[in-house]
Amino acid sequence: MSTATSAAATRGLVEITGVRKSYGAVEVLKGVSLTVPPGGVAVIVGPSGSGKSTLLRTINHLEKVDGGYITIDGALVGYRVRGRTLHELPAKEILRQRTEIGMVFQNFNLFPHLTALENVIEAPVVAQGKSKAEARRRGLELLDRVGLKDRAGAYPRQLSGGQQQRVAIARALALDPKILLFDEPTSALDPELVNEVLDVIRELATSGTTLIIVTHEMGFARDVADTVVFMDDGRIVEAGTPAEIFSNPREERTRSFFSKIIEPAFNI
Amino acid sequence: MSSAATQVDQPASPPEATASGGHESPAAPPATAPPALPPSSDGTGQAATVADYSGYKLVAAKHPWRWVGTAVVALGVAAVAWSLATNPRWEWGVVAQWFTAESVIRGLGETLKLTVIAGSLGFVLGFVLALMRLSASPLLVSVSWTFSWIFRSTPLLVQMLLWYNLGYLYEKISLGIPFTDVRFFEVQTTTLISQFAAAVLGLTLNQAAYSAEIIRGGILSVDQGQLEAAAALGIPAWRRSTRIVLPQAMRSILPTAFNEIIGLVKGTSIVYVLAYSELFYTIQVIYNRTQQVLPLLLVATLWYVVITSVLSVFQYYIERHYAKGAVRTLPLTPLQKARKYFALHATPRSTR
Repeated sequence: MSTATSAAATRGLVEITGVRKSYGAVEVLKGVSLTVPPGGVAVIVGPSGSGKSTLLRTINHLEKVDGGYITIDGALVGYRVRGRTLHELPAKEILRQRTEIGMVFQNFNLFPHLTALENVIEAPVVAQGKSKAEARRRGLELLDRVGLKDRAGAYPRQLSGGQQQRVAIARALALDPKILLFDEPTSALDPELVNEVLDVIRELATSGTTLIIVTHEMGFARDVADTVVFMDDGRIVEAGTPAEIFSNPREERTRSFFSKIIEPAFNI
Repeated sequence: MSSAATQVDQPASPPEATASGGHESPAAPPATAPPALPPSSDGTGQAATVADYSGYKLVAAKHPWRWVGTAVVALGVAAVAWSLATNPRWEWGVVAQWFTAESVIRGLGETLKLTVIAGSLGFVLGFVLALMRLSASPLLVSVSWTFSWIFRSTPLLVQMLLWYNLGYLYEKISLGIPFTDVRFFEVQTTTLISQFAAAVLGLTLNQAAYSAEIIRGGILSVDQGQLEAAAALGIPAWRRSTRIVLPQAMRSILPTAFNEIIGLVKGTSIVYVLAYSELFYTIQVIYNRTQQVLPLLLVATLWYVVITSVLSVFQYYIERHYAKGAVRTLPLTPLQKARKYFALHATPRSTR
């Protein structure tokens, strides 16, 4: 798998330490700790409402944590230290941090009034101050990489779901991020379009960028992950290699989850 | 299951066999030899037992009642047009005489000036108020809410008269530090608030209160995921509003906004209380003198119709601009349709 490539990567170390998050009275993250090495591929699985997406969204500070902290290559996300206090960073600083963390959403969230290429170059131009020409050149390169160079001038609604998600991946890559977060990238797609997106992600897994992926595609998880993380009820139940987690889980909860999910999937 | 799978590989079997259900099909002998083809068949062999309609002409369904309805409406329109043209009391001659009179045109200019100034200032202020209302700051939210509350709950007429009579309430207006004697400048209120200033102030602030709600509604209609994606990409807040959210919000803002603008065109006539000589006040002055009330009201009406028509054309093209990306393919504009029609019908002999 990708154990060989992770040695080459030098950036994109994610360390999550004791993260807590509540919405009102409901605690959705109950002290989560996880380390993903540079260039690593972590796949988070678990039942709906287990806190997977929320955890992912704390990594780029789209959700503020109520406790604990997250660092990327040793730098705190969203906060700075002053004495014994963590002060939230000003908006501008947070935006700068986010340019190092790409995110791909379940519903693509492409900007529908902009073409595929305009979607891709918007952030490099306004958030990183690249020249338009440079951003366009790089944007076309990225669209080519996801197999959509000839659709650069199309609006998102003129593209299929799978194509839209590939544009969204190119958009996330345009900032040249250390880390890519995928929030159920194939859940909104027709079954026959899932693979074209998974193939692109599979290719990224060997590129040295750290990937953290929330998904329900177990076959893909087994295939691409260095680390599979099983979450339930706001906690990490267990984490390990795909072989450990899928074939030989230690925890009863993990076993009962996969017995419901995996076996029907392999019978088809 | 398996019977269905084998059937796929077979060449076309007679429709009777498939119609009776997949389970019985193994009983039917596999039709390996191609059946004899009818003379007009396309040669696939599929048409063996199916009638061939490929040479037939298609005729759409008839709608006779649609024609009856059209005739009734056409008759009604004709009757109205006839009475408008032949009833001498409409005094079309008087209408024509005043339609382009210098004073009327000057009044029209004032109406347009007020509409453009109050409309644009109103929408700019409305945009700021809408952003305030949607901000996270409780102070900005309540200031914006209060503004809309006050200006939407008082009659425009009252607002207008209050602004004009501000000099009665406050003799001088000054800029300085509150609760001290420091004054940077000071003017007589009456010199600052002319008829024009009172009219613009009244119309703008009132318009802003309504525009704020229209723009807020438009912004709320944009999917939250758009803001999230923009934030995740590190796009700054102002750019998120203007480049990502607002262009999408425009789709739902525009129809209501044009309602407001068209309302404002006629709404400016309220400044007659300030004896401000815009179109409607000018018309009133003229008919009070000439006693030709109805024809002169018709002059004003026709001008309002003209302005509204021009605005409707603008509305069509602006809405079309913002529909970019919202529909897969934009429908043709009336002009494009006409051009296409003439291209097809101009030389009937040469077309297919």
